Amino acid sequence: MTTLTLGAAINAGLRNSLANDDRVVLMGEDIGTLGGVFRITDGLKAEFGAHRVVDTPLSEAGIIGTAVGLAYRGYRPVVEIQFDGFIYPGFDQIVAQVAKLHRRSRGTVKMPITIRVPFGGGIGAAEHHSESPEAYFAHTAGLRVVSCSDAADAYVMIQQAIASDDPVLFFEPKRRYHVKGEVDDRASLADAKPMGIASVVTSGSDVTLVTYGALVQVARDAAIAAAEEGVSIEVIDLRSLSPLDLVTVADSVRRTGRLVIAHEAGQQLGLGAEVAASITERCFEYLEAAPVRVTGHDIPYPPAKLERHHVPDLDRMLDGVDRALGRPNSLSGVEA
Amino acid sequence: MTPSDRVATGLLTRADGFVQLITPEGERRADPDLDRWVVDIDTEALRGLYRDMSVLRRIDSEGIALQRQGEVGLWPPLLGQEAAQVGSARALRSDDFVFGSYREHGVAWVRGIDPADVLRVWRGAASSGWNPYDYGMAVPQIIIGAQSLHATGWAMGAKWDGSDAAAVAYFGDGATSEGDVNEALVFAASFEAPVVFFCQNNGWAISEPVGLQSKQPLAQRGDGFGVPGIRVDGNDVLAVLAATRIALDRARRGGGPTFIEAVTYRMGPHTTADDPKRYRTDDELADWRARDPIARVGALLAASGLDLETLEREVEVEAARAAGALRASIATMADPEPMTVFDHVYAEPHSHLDRQREQYARYLAQFDDGASAQTEGGAR
Repeated sequence: MTTLTLGAAINAGLRNSLANDDRVVLMGEDIGTLGGVFRITDGLKAEFGAHRVVDTPLSEAGIIGTAVGLAYRGYRPVVEIQFDGFIYPGFDQIVAQVAKLHRRSRGTVKMPITIRVPFGGGIGAAEHHSESPEAYFAHTAGLRVVSCSDAADAYVMIQQAIASDDPVLFFEPKRRYHVKGEVDDRASLADAKPMGIASVVTSGSDVTLVTYGALVQVARDAAIAAAEEGVSIEVIDLRSLSPLDLVTVADSVRRTGRLVIAHEAGQQLGLGAEVAASITERCFEYLEAAPVRVTGHDIPYPPAKLERHHVPDLDRMLDGVDRALGRPNSLSGVEA
Repeated sequence: MTPSDRVATGLLTRADGFVQLITPEGERRADPDLDRWVVDIDTEALRGLYRDMSVLRRIDSEGIALQRQGEVGLWPPLLGQEAAQVGSARALRSDDFVFGSYREHGVAWVRGIDPADVLRVWRGAASSGWNPYDYGMAVPQIIIGAQSLHATGWAMGAKWDGSDAAAVAYFGDGATSEGDVNEALVFAASFEAPVVFFCQNNGWAISEPVGLQSKQPLAQRGDGFGVPGIRVDGNDVLAVLAATRIALDRARRGGGPTFIEAVTYRMGPHTTADDPKRYRTDDELADWRARDPIARVGALLAASGLDLETLEREVEVEAARAAGALRASIATMADPEPMTVFDHVYAEPHSHLDRQREQYARYLAQFDDGASAQTEGGAR
């Protein structure tokens, strides 16, 4: 065991992957000499060389499109998109090429590309630097979408993503980069929890609160606060957004009878809608109340001085829990 | 200074617009830069190129006929572009890798791909017709220009591997307006990737003339990126072969990318769904018909004393055989089994899709022919 920040855990995972497989190459803007704007690739160019850790031109379609060609040649590219809002110029290459080439080639061409995306708000950043675009990719067949929430998961999941023969969108909760956690750096990757399985991070009996990424810690805090009022919240970290581990969520909801889904992304057609619909299909007769969504507003990400009104916080999560429990809440008495 | 070094210093072209070795009238022209690259192309080899192009033309027209008869959903004809495709593809080695668009039936033919496997995709019977690694040719690309980045990435990998193999990206004049092609030029130049950008300027991007894509000859497009260009008569199979060999030689010797503009013309529609009469004139068509890529090789061969009529008869037999084989392939091109819609979406199990697969298999099993659900991957 060792203690690492979430960012350092990803760095350590990348280092292992580079060392274990010489077909792994990192590509992105400023990832080499600078070590990335968040320093996630710090020191890796010096250790592995400029052909393994590649500073690219400023071109998202270029980075992802050339990664496709490298994958055609048997490489396993790990791409860094500098900020969430910068992924859109590369969108076509991701959803029309990376996602589809295995299918299009009837399984003969593998696309083991990992696309790392620092995502979400809460760091007082400028426009295009705080977005949560994960639903676009979870909606696209052929892609896997995951998000880590702590150092231990980050260390394991980045290595699992790189080892996967499928393309993986790897969403990193940027406001958690500097948070330390215990990392088991000696454990075998083969024994680790699979990338596609959700975690029950806090056990509880009254409400199931499902989230991922940076909001997992907020949900933990909400569970502690709720416990003081006698409400027992089970917090689930989805970890994987495609596929969703609905088995773990459904098991929990069958015990609690109530479901709250929280994410920073806007509500309309987001992950919350998918989880609510899927769990309602599976657990309708177990539900004591309609599933509740606690999400960002359906707005462009607001200026930094307003972001605390957009990103769900502990109080908004507790308000959602109250809605699921039928306790007095912000929507009490409001007809839909 | 070698010819490929000369390319490295800038644009290789001529006062009359492009480099050329065979005129439309079938006269052999001398060219100080190109000649030495085709010294091995004797009369026999020239006959081979003539045969390639003629058979290809027939396969292409068979593809149109099959579409008109409802056997194929759509077909993008290559009539008029035979020299651009055969001349460039004949310059390649087996370990080079082609990233084509959707019209490169001729390149596929030269790479040894069965035309039936090309047709299969247009019929809608398969997502792809061949294994890219068997032929050194990626599956076709519909998104305009996306493959230029794939070729560049492959070439970067080839260079890192210490290989002297090269990648070739085929795209049209319309694609040069796309970001992907321009980003590919940036990457290829920056990493000195062994990639040849082979632009078939066929005059039209569906209904839009090339003048809408560029105010300059497209071969100059590379200049700002530091990628030298060659502007070649795309209807001259010998000149195209020479130009591609020059570009490949640069790539293999570490010289980096080259942009080739093959000036040609799409004689037919963009696809069988298009009506070019709405946007171009009979005069323009007639002008280009006079520059036919096959006729000029025939004239050159005849001038060298070869009995053209005999060659034409031989080629006709071979073309008829290839077209017949393509037509016959339809009979064995069964519709895919229903459950294969779920195949190959992921390389590894994906619980959401696996559940959908199981549910749809159950649904199908209710019907009399539900047994068809038991197909590849259906039991996963």
